[in-house]
Amino acid sequence: MPSIEVQQLEKSFASNAQALFAGLSFTLASNECLCLLGPSGCGKTTLLRLLMGLEQPSSGTIRIDPALDAKMSYVFQEPRLVPWRTCLENVLLPLELTAQKNADARTRAVELLQKIGLGDRLEHFPDQLSGGMQMRVALARALITQPKIVLLDEPFAALDERTRFHMQDLLLELKARLQLQYIFVTHSISEAVYISDRILLLDNTGAARDIRSLDFKERNQSLKLTPMFNTVVSEYSNLFSEMEDKMPMSTAVRPK
Amino acid sequence: MLAALRLWIADKLPAWIFLAGLLSIWQLIVAQQWVASYLLPSPLQILDTTLDMWPDIFAATLSTAQSILWGLGLSLIVGITSALIFFSIPIARRAILPFCIFFQTVPIIAIAPLLVIWFGYGQPTVNASAFIVSLFPILANTLTGLQETDPQLKELFRLYKPSRLQLVFKLQIPSAIPYMITGIKISAGLAVVGAIVGEFIAGGGLGSLIDAARTQQRVDLVFSGVFMSSALALALVYFINLITGLLFRHRPYLRKQ
Repeated sequence: MPSIEVQQLEKSFASNAQALFAGLSFTLASNECLCLLGPSGCGKTTLLRLLMGLEQPSSGTIRIDPALDAKMSYVFQEPRLVPWRTCLENVLLPLELTAQKNADARTRAVELLQKIGLGDRLEHFPDQLSGGMQMRVALARALITQPKIVLLDEPFAALDERTRFHMQDLLLELKARLQLQYIFVTHSISEAVYISDRILLLDNTGAARDIRSLDFKERNQSLKLTPMFNTVVSEYSNLFSEMEDKMPMSTAVRPK
Repeated sequence: MLAALRLWIADKLPAWIFLAGLLSIWQLIVAQQWVASYLLPSPLQILDTTLDMWPDIFAATLSTAQSILWGLGLSLIVGITSALIFFSIPIARRAILPFCIFFQTVPIIAIAPLLVIWFGYGQPTVNASAFIVSLFPILANTLTGLQETDPQLKELFRLYKPSRLQLVFKLQIPSAIPYMITGIKISAGLAVVGAIVGEFIAGGGLGSLIDAARTQQRVDLVFSGVFMSSALALALVYFINLITGLLFRHRPYLRKQ
């Protein structure tokens, strides 16, 4: 059974006559990781919100493997840290709300924060952290519940390059070690190729193109320097440009 | 330490210099007899009177302070509880809140005679007067704080399907705390007004002292009473700052207003 199965999906908003997605269908096989690429306003964030149940589709269906439904986690486009809670308390929040906070919860949270390079900021408040650090705390918060699928909405956009590479490798490590699946929104074709098994290219007309990424034997940052990787990135880049050339001016709206 | 002193001087010194200048000019105006001292006593004369009559003034101040604390304390309990009820039960808010505005709009001087009829002369009436005047800002601010919870944080909490109590205690009440503190400070000032007005009618405290001084044309004593009322209000705000600072010393965000 696929982890996620989307059939004939459409979403319209009262403020906009044109529906998003125009009957989008795709599946996410088990152990597969997907990247969503597309211009601003094409509905990438809306698609994630629909998958997470934060929005309801206007038509079509979304089926999530019942074994995974309660094991989904979400990273918003902005960190959304609770301002009166410390980093550590923010990471522990999901466990408190789902009554899963047990004796080793704190240890796990500290380990996660150390892994993302914030081990020395446990007691800091969000306003004492940079935007990139806040985003990393948000990522740790999404991972503390030990999810099977994480939906990530441009989580690394605010990070410096070195940290971004580190976070990409962390995701790949979690994928390999814990069989973590993710759906990842990004504007970077190189990032999409590096961290995903498949890429779903969306455009503003509602059309989508599902591309299987190359099955790289081993993924590490030096892969990005190989001619093969760069050929793939430039091919996708051309494909992306072709889609953009065909599309009309954006009329889509961002959900509130 | 030195840096903190410098910061304090930079922050507070202008106000102290302004006050010293104002008092000097006032003293000069009276000393030069540009204004008759029975109309405007000099600051030194007011200080003399205050020191001479200190036992009476102190007792009156204490009595007023008691009424303020009663009124404000009751406002805190009733205001915060009502705000929580109105927030949780929207129909109650729509039915009752418009009538609560009565507390905000009615001139306390107009209903003080009623309070005397109901509670008699003395402290109960003064307490009630301080309560009525100080209730609304706490109620309204707490309710606003609860309603203004960041929708993005509400959505974040929704991901984890919290219980109603978790939502209230972990998100909505902490969100409302800065609003509550502002409401309490506004109410503290109003409670002083309510108590003094109550004392004009029901007797006792600084209100009664000011009223008696007025009838005896003791303008210096009126000023003493006025300054003591003002000192009470300032002390109350300082006390609130101290308590909130201590309560939330590890949560700087909650102290922000």
